Amino acid sequence: MSLIQLSENLKVILPLVVLVVWACGLLLVDLFIPKERKGLMALLAALGLAVTLGLTIAQKGQYDTAFGGMITLDGFAVFLNILFLGSGLAAIALAYDYLKRRGIERGEYYILLMFSISGMLLMAQASDLIVIFLALELLSIPLYVLAGFARPQLESEEAALKYFLLGAFAGSFFVFGVALVFGATGTTSLPLIYTAILSNQYNALLLLVGGALMMIGLSFKVAAVPFHMWTPDVYHGAPSSVTAFMSVGAKAAGFAALFRILVAALPVTAPNLTMVIWVLSALTMILGNLVAIAQSNVKRMLAYSSIAHAGYILMALVPFGDPTGAQRSVGSALFYLLSYAITSLGAWAVVIALEKVNGVDSSDGLKVADYAGLGKKYPALAAAMVIFMLSFTGVPLTLGFMGKFYLFRTVIENGYLGLALIGVLTSLISAYFYLRIIVMMYMKEGEPEVRRELWLQATAFVAALAVVVLSLASSPLLRWAENSLLSIF
Amino acid sequence: MNLLLHPIILTTFFPLIGVLILLFMKSEHKNAIRWVALVTSIVTFGFSLTLLAFFKLGVEEIQMVINKPWIQFGGLTINFHMGVDGLSILLVMLTTFLTPISILSTWTAVEERVKDFMIFFLLLEMGMVGVFVSLDLFLFYIFWEFTLIPMYFLIGVWGGPRRMYAAIKFFLYTMAGSILMLLAILWLGINQQTFSVPEIIANAGSIAPNIQLWLFLAFAAAFAIKVPMWPLHSWLPDAHVEAPTAGSVILAGVLLKMGTYGFLRFNLAMFPDAAVKAAPWLALLATIGIIYGAIVSYAQQDVKKLVAYSSVSHLGFVMLGLFALNPQGIQGAILQMVNHGLSTGALFLIVGIIYERRHTRDMDAFGGLWKIMPIYGVLTLIVTLSSMGLPGLNGFVGEFTILLGAFGSSFISPWFAGVSTVGVILAAIYMLKMFQKMFLGPVIHDENKTLKDLSWREIVTLVPLLVFIFWIGLYPKFFFDLMSPSVDLLVRNLLQAAGLQ
Repeated sequence: MSLIQLSENLKVILPLVVLVVWACGLLLVDLFIPKERKGLMALLAALGLAVTLGLTIAQKGQYDTAFGGMITLDGFAVFLNILFLGSGLAAIALAYDYLKRRGIERGEYYILLMFSISGMLLMAQASDLIVIFLALELLSIPLYVLAGFARPQLESEEAALKYFLLGAFAGSFFVFGVALVFGATGTTSLPLIYTAILSNQYNALLLLVGGALMMIGLSFKVAAVPFHMWTPDVYHGAPSSVTAFMSVGAKAAGFAALFRILVAALPVTAPNLTMVIWVLSALTMILGNLVAIAQSNVKRMLAYSSIAHAGYILMALVPFGDPTGAQRSVGSALFYLLSYAITSLGAWAVVIALEKVNGVDSSDGLKVADYAGLGKKYPALAAAMVIFMLSFTGVPLTLGFMGKFYLFRTVIENGYLGLALIGVLTSLISAYFYLRIIVMMYMKEGEPEVRRELWLQATAFVAALAVVVLSLASSPLLRWAENSLLSIF
Repeated sequence: MNLLLHPIILTTFFPLIGVLILLFMKSEHKNAIRWVALVTSIVTFGFSLTLLAFFKLGVEEIQMVINKPWIQFGGLTINFHMGVDGLSILLVMLTTFLTPISILSTWTAVEERVKDFMIFFLLLEMGMVGVFVSLDLFLFYIFWEFTLIPMYFLIGVWGGPRRMYAAIKFFLYTMAGSILMLLAILWLGINQQTFSVPEIIANAGSIAPNIQLWLFLAFAAAFAIKVPMWPLHSWLPDAHVEAPTAGSVILAGVLLKMGTYGFLRFNLAMFPDAAVKAAPWLALLATIGIIYGAIVSYAQQDVKKLVAYSSVSHLGFVMLGLFALNPQGIQGAILQMVNHGLSTGALFLIVGIIYERRHTRDMDAFGGLWKIMPIYGVLTLIVTLSSMGLPGLNGFVGEFTILLGAFGSSFISPWFAGVSTVGVILAAIYMLKMFQKMFLGPVIHDENKTLKDLSWREIVTLVPLLVFIFWIGLYPKFFFDLMSPSVDLLVRNLLQAAGLQ
């Protein structure tokens, strides 16, 4: 590989390279930063993410491949990369004060976060099953560590172990699937798999089983029912700032791989898998929303809510076998992910603001009942939370509504009216538990205590503002999502 | 015309200016907050008068149209499309008219969190006007759903003892209907390639009859819950009983009309074929509602509940008129929407006034009030008579026109009209029973002996309503002139598209 070729190749993954190098550099820098000034690490990490974000935005509109087709650059990848980096920045803002409060402020936190994000970037751009697997591990392993970051605390340790074991389990499903697909087609490269299928040189049964196994592996990552068991415990046990990031980043990354593999390489499995995804999506929406009703802990409620939202996004995957239908729904899935990410990060900011770190027990400040009286005492923060809850429900004048509108539109357009019906009915169910938070905040008396800190509040308010304003002026975002095409070979 | 100074824009969005001012006011300055809200709503009413001034009589089509592209994606354009015609102008006026009255009625009733109350109230006004002037399905849906949020808070924060239950029930019930409508809207957008109501109406014939029926049902689900039609009415008594007085006035006066207006604007016009087919069934439900509402009203001890159930009965008349599918029936229905807004609005104010003094609404707790509060008694008597449809007052004109239309309808059996007439008699029975129990006879309870008669403020809230009650009752021509061209056009299109002419 000549130097020119190498630089051409590197250009495609430039943001990724910069991020990894920056993170490695921070590992060294961390040694020289005294213990009580670890806040500086947050700043440096944020700077790194910001630089990477700038480079990624510069890639908008480019379509390219690199490293012999192992890496792709397309609108889909750029959209998701911006999403990952943006969520990463928000995650740092959420963690900055929270870590201090909990007494777990260590420089590694931010470095692990950056490594995890680089895994996500790689995930969005990978077009080879092996690279996808690498990305999956690169993004997951730091998250396992982060989940256990509040170390001596039992729940955090339990979360880390559970996440690790089930993650490894899911990873092995995925690798097994990769092996079978390799056996079926003789290659792990997505474009080559596709050509092998086109020229009819493949073993159909092996391919189907392989595809299904990979789907299972990734369903763990996105927390789709029935592979969701780990989610509530891990989301609950992990430090809230980690959960916030996990519920957005890891989920989006899982979907990135799911979409890329199924839409770009395996549309041939559609006759068998479409129905499976249909059922998976319906189950996820129904179960996620139903069980969320029973939760009295906000973290657990949001965990089930995040499961439910995975179900909505899965709806967009159902028509993956039909090239035009799939292309349409990729846009709606991206837009939905974006609206979910903004809403979710904002909601977590409020949750973190209310969480008490030195409480009697670990759920102090996290119970739904702890939100009583928030509307009276902290009207601005409560108003922001109302906006997030309404956005999760999908009530107009929020980004969540636009997301659902676009999503349901493509679902109906692709001829899955029944699934759309399940979607709207489960939204109705979800209204019940999201409203409960609003009821608590405004209609019950209470004396909530709130951590008032600049970055936390800024995240909540910026997100709330974005949810409303972007829904009123959603044209550019909608068009961006619509034009963020996934390369099909 | 400059877009920002367009009367429709001003009428719809001016309340937002009030909200902005309120946001920067200190919560302690309760009176200043009340004044700001009142002035905002009065100015909004003023803008709606200019809307009326610009409104051309005798024009069938939609007037003063604003149509600007708003959101574009996937080959679909969502337009910021607004306008008024004979079907909507009266309802817009009703909204802007009732809002200042309701705000005035809260002057002493709401002491807690006045600022939040007023903000939600003005937001609610914006949402309601938006519903009546939107001509794009997407825009309509946004306003439609948006009204839920302020109303939810009004009931849930300032309501009675079971307010939380009532608020959630209200929200979930209404949302259940509207999500089905959302699916139908999406279907129309995808298959007709537009969300514009006039365009969809123009091509109404192009939708296959069986699909029309499904779409009709999806829209009807949303509207029937809102109206509410029997048997989907169970949220209404809860919401009314728990809501604060001003909330009840707006809920009965305007929010319920969003349902009947929806039937009128969307179901009848967009799915004429299905409307003709469904007419007997809806007329049946309407008739059941009329009788059921009246009987249940009679059984109530709580005055507010009585008025709430009487709404079910009165709106049954409106639905009956609409699905007579002839000009008389529909004109009567529109007028009756306004009448119900005025009379029931006034009744809720009256209930609120006595509740504020005695903190009970049990009929047995009163008796002989006429002797103690003569002004109150007279005003209540007029409103009661208006609500039961005494000739010379507004209720009679509306109900009579509706029954006339329903008898002459070629789509529904005259039996529906016949049975519904019983509803008028029943209304007289339950309304007079209430009046008798509360106002006539001796003063039984000592607590009532010291009650004060109406204050000037309370008289001022009721008198404007009475003016219209008499005006419509004695000389309704102006109101019919406003609506009749548009109604004629609607009926003509309906018959044409349904292949009956």
